[in-house]
Amino acid sequence: MSQVLKNNHSALEFVYEFYLKMKKSKISLAYEGEITHQITKAFTALAESSMQREQDYTTVQKKVFHVMVECLQNVSKHAERDFNYYSSKDGRGIFLISKDEKEYNITTGNIIRNDKVESLRELLEKINSMTKEELTKLYKQQIREGRLSPKGGAGLGFIDIARKTGQKLIYSFLRIDDENSFFVLTSTIPRVKT
Amino acid sequence: MIQPLRIQGTDDTPTVILDPNPDSPRFEISGRSLPEDVVAFYEPILEWLDDYAKNPLPKTIFDFKLEYFNTASSKLLLDILLKLEDMYDDGHDVLVRWHYPEDDEDMQEAGEEYADIVEVPFEQVPYKID
Repeated sequence: MSQVLKNNHSALEFVYEFYLKMKKSKISLAYEGEITHQITKAFTALAESSMQREQDYTTVQKKVFHVMVECLQNVSKHAERDFNYYSSKDGRGIFLISKDEKEYNITTGNIIRNDKVESLRELLEKINSMTKEELTKLYKQQIREGRLSPKGGAGLGFIDIARKTGQKLIYSFLRIDDENSFFVLTSTIPRVKT
Repeated sequence: MIQPLRIQGTDDTPTVILDPNPDSPRFEISGRSLPEDVVAFYEPILEWLDDYAKNPLPKTIFDFKLEYFNTASSKLLLDILLKLEDMYDDGHDVLVRWHYPEDDEDMQEAGEEYADIVEVPFEQVPYKID
C-alpha cells in the first residue's frame, strides 16, 4: 500500500476515494491500529469536545463517551493479537465514528478466533432478545457473580452498551480463513433527549 | 489509628479521600474512573478498608460522587460496597451516600442497582451542576 501512496497519480486516486467514502458514510473518525489506553483517552476527549461544540444533549454526550470506552476496551482486551506486529500488549482493530442529524454510530472491527465466534454470537443474540428489565437483571447477576478476567474485563461491556443505548447491537462475522474471523459491531446512540 | 489514604484524581482515575480523623472524618470517591489497570488502582483502597474495618469509627459515612465509571470499575466499586456491607453486618454504623447529577438517569440507576445488591443503609443524593 505504501507503494500506492508514493506514486503521485495513484496516491491522489486512493486518498480521494478514501475521502469520498468517509464523507458519504459521514465518518468523523477512523482509526486502524492498536487500541491502547492512550488511544482510548485521546478519542474520547476528541469526541467530547466535538459534541460540546455541537451542543449535543449532556445525556447523549455521556452515552457516547460510555459506549466508546466499552467498545475500545473490547477490542483492546479481546481482539486476537496480530503477530506481524511485535508490540502486542493491546489488541488491534478498526474504530469508526459516524454521525448524522439523528444518531451516532460507533463501529469496531477486529479479528477473533473462529472457536470464539459461536459463544460470542450467542451472547449478542441473547442480549438483543432481552427487554430493559431483563438486561438490568442480567447486569446485576453478572456484576455479582462474574469475576474480573486477567485482562480486567468484567463481562459487562455488551450488556452495558445495550442498556445505555436502548438499541439493538448490530453485528456480523466474516470468516477469513480456517483460524480467524473478522467481527464487526455497531452501536447506535440516538441524538435525542431521554 | 491508621493513616489516611489520599489519591489525587486524574482524567481517568477518581479522587479518593479515606480519612478516619475522628474530628473530621471523610470517606469519598469522586470523579472519573476508567483506569488503565483497574485492579492495581483499587487494590490499595480495598486493603485500606480491610485495615480500617478492624477498628472503625462509631459511624462511617461513605460518599460516592462519580461522574463516570466504566464497567471494569463497576465491579471494583461493588467490592468496596461489599466491604462496607461486611462492616455493617459486624454491627458498625455505616451509611453509603450515592451522589448523582440530577439529570443523569444512568448514574441514578447505577446507584439504585448497587443499593439493591448490597445490604447496607444507602441514600441517593441528587445534585445540581452549574
